[in-house]
Amino acid sequence: MFKILQYSFYDLVRSRWSYVYFAFYLVLGFALLFLNSSVSKSVITLMNIIIVLTPMIGTIFGVMYFYSAREFTELLLAQPIKRSTIFLGQYLGVALSLTLSLVLGLGVPFMVYGVFQSSEIWNFGLLLISGSFLTFIFVAIASNIALKHENKIKGFGYAIFIWLFMAVIYDGLFLISLVVFNDYPLDKFSLIVTMLNPIDLSRILILLKLDISALLGYTGAVFQKFFGTNTGMFASIGVLLIWTGIPVYFINRISAKKDF
Amino acid sequence: MKQFFIVLVLTYGFLSEFSNAYANTIEVCETCKISTITEAIATANKGDTILINSGFYQEGEIIIDKPLVLLGINKPIIDGNSKAGILIASADSVVINGLIVQNIGVSYIQEYAAIHISNSKYFTIENNELREVFFGILVEKSHYGLINNNQVSSNAVNEVSSGNGIHMWHSSNIIITNNHLSQLRDGIYFEFVTDSHVANNISINNLRYGLHFMFSNNDSYYNNQFINNGAGVAVMFSKFIEMKRNRFYKNWGSASFGLLLKEINDAEIEDNIFEENTIGINIEGSTRINYKNNNFIRNGWAIKIRGGCYANIFDHNNFIDNSFDISYNSKMNDNSFDNNYWSDYTGYDLDKDGIGDVPYRPVKLFSYIVNQTPETIILLRSLFIDILNFSEKVSPVFTPDNLVDATPKMKKIQ
Repeated sequence: MFKILQYSFYDLVRSRWSYVYFAFYLVLGFALLFLNSSVSKSVITLMNIIIVLTPMIGTIFGVMYFYSAREFTELLLAQPIKRSTIFLGQYLGVALSLTLSLVLGLGVPFMVYGVFQSSEIWNFGLLLISGSFLTFIFVAIASNIALKHENKIKGFGYAIFIWLFMAVIYDGLFLISLVVFNDYPLDKFSLIVTMLNPIDLSRILILLKLDISALLGYTGAVFQKFFGTNTGMFASIGVLLIWTGIPVYFINRISAKKDF
Repeated sequence: MKQFFIVLVLTYGFLSEFSNAYANTIEVCETCKISTITEAIATANKGDTILINSGFYQEGEIIIDKPLVLLGINKPIIDGNSKAGILIASADSVVINGLIVQNIGVSYIQEYAAIHISNSKYFTIENNELREVFFGILVEKSHYGLINNNQVSSNAVNEVSSGNGIHMWHSSNIIITNNHLSQLRDGIYFEFVTDSHVANNISINNLRYGLHFMFSNNDSYYNNQFINNGAGVAVMFSKFIEMKRNRFYKNWGSASFGLLLKEINDAEIEDNIFEENTIGINIEGSTRINYKNNNFIRNGWAIKIRGGCYANIFDHNNFIDNSFDISYNSKMNDNSFDNNYWSDYTGYDLDKDGIGDVPYRPVKLFSYIVNQTPETIILLRSLFIDILNFSEKVSPVFTPDNLVDATPKMKKIQ
């Protein structure tokens, strides 16, 4: 598996799109820090961007890679290599190279502007961690879609829809349901619904650091326990791990059955 | 205020002069001829000084019924054995300096205090350490006093069975400076107190409020710090209060505020820093208050306006990285928000005069939604919410449409 990972990783690292992605974050990081002049405000702005952008890039890039690497995959399948090894290797190659672009692209400008000396280091670290999680999750979802659908247009369509649903529509439905069922106790419900969407989950993970004073304004015992102690942090990271595990498991299952 | 200071200094100077020239000094220690404070007070004449040497004194209630100076040498410990109050002074010109007073009894009927001053004028309480108190310093119907450099602490668990650090009732012209108050119910409590001044105190980890005004007019508090209390300062049913250069920090919780204003008029709130509170200032039924040059940094809500607030002026304040800048619960607005700096402002300044060309709307639609359905707070900073806020910004439907800062600053106000 490591060999395959290495091949896809080097293949991607050499590709133009990785550089573009890396350069985008580099420019974004420098621009934000230059315009905002304070590291803490840049972290807040960056959070809004990362939460929306990393899943989108992850899905599109993931789908694109699995479609374009189809011939390479067929070649590999002719060799005496385990199927799961091939697909997991490819998946990890894509996810790792995207994560590397993200971490380096943002890490360099923030390091230049002295994030290590600032108290924002933990917030920034958390931001990178949740960005990486989102990349891994959405690349896995994208590869599921690409493996399932031979038709590229259909695959792209599904991938973009999934991103749009998770990033925007889901929150809209969530908000409507909260407003409609206003008369009922909703704190457990809202926590569970948040757990069911990785984008919301990583948003909460960052909010726990940035907006804890506002989150503690709500008078529910469940909220208080979740946000007031470390429970929230550990629970969120735990569920994000599960969220990464499930699509990866499905890659394995689909690839085992699929007929090329 | 200045005149008052001069009067106080003169009185104090006169007193100490007087005691040096004519008064006797009585020494108390465990091996002296007079070994208890009670005995020393009984033998003392008006204006005498009682020197209390270091040691452990457990004498129950000690009643000071004539003008005396109680001076501790090397911090003598006066212990109440958790039964009742300890020092009770009902005479004028009492000075209590340099003592450790500890273990006050808890009562649900009586207000036991480490130092209880009643019907006294020109009293001075300085350099004392009050530990495990119920009430720390309780002052009633007294005037022209100085409470300086004391440390008051307790281990309050709930509001019912705990008392206040410095408790004032029906008093006037008191100066409270440089005290450290922790783990009490209220750090400092004012009820019917006028013309008094609170400065340079630190009030920390108190159950209810760091500083609490009830029915108290013409008071001021400067340069204090209020950290991690139920609420930093509560000002209720009071008029003409000046609040300047204070710091309100990390007052967190579902009913926690940096500053709680309820039914107050004609106050000045200037140069304060509100940092990381759940709600920076909570305003209810307050009129003609000027908010100037305050900094609101990373609060949940910088300002929450509940209703009945008229003719308030918010001018030259900095609103930096708050989750919500201003929250309103109605569509009516009679307050003005001008010349402030808002870190969320996204407008431009083409004529380069430092003032944004586009008005800023500090009330977001989402803050209205959170008022209606508190659980929605979990959607804070979601992309969908940003889209909603944007559409409301373009054409206000739910938020007061005349609530705008027409002249937002482009740069942070120094």
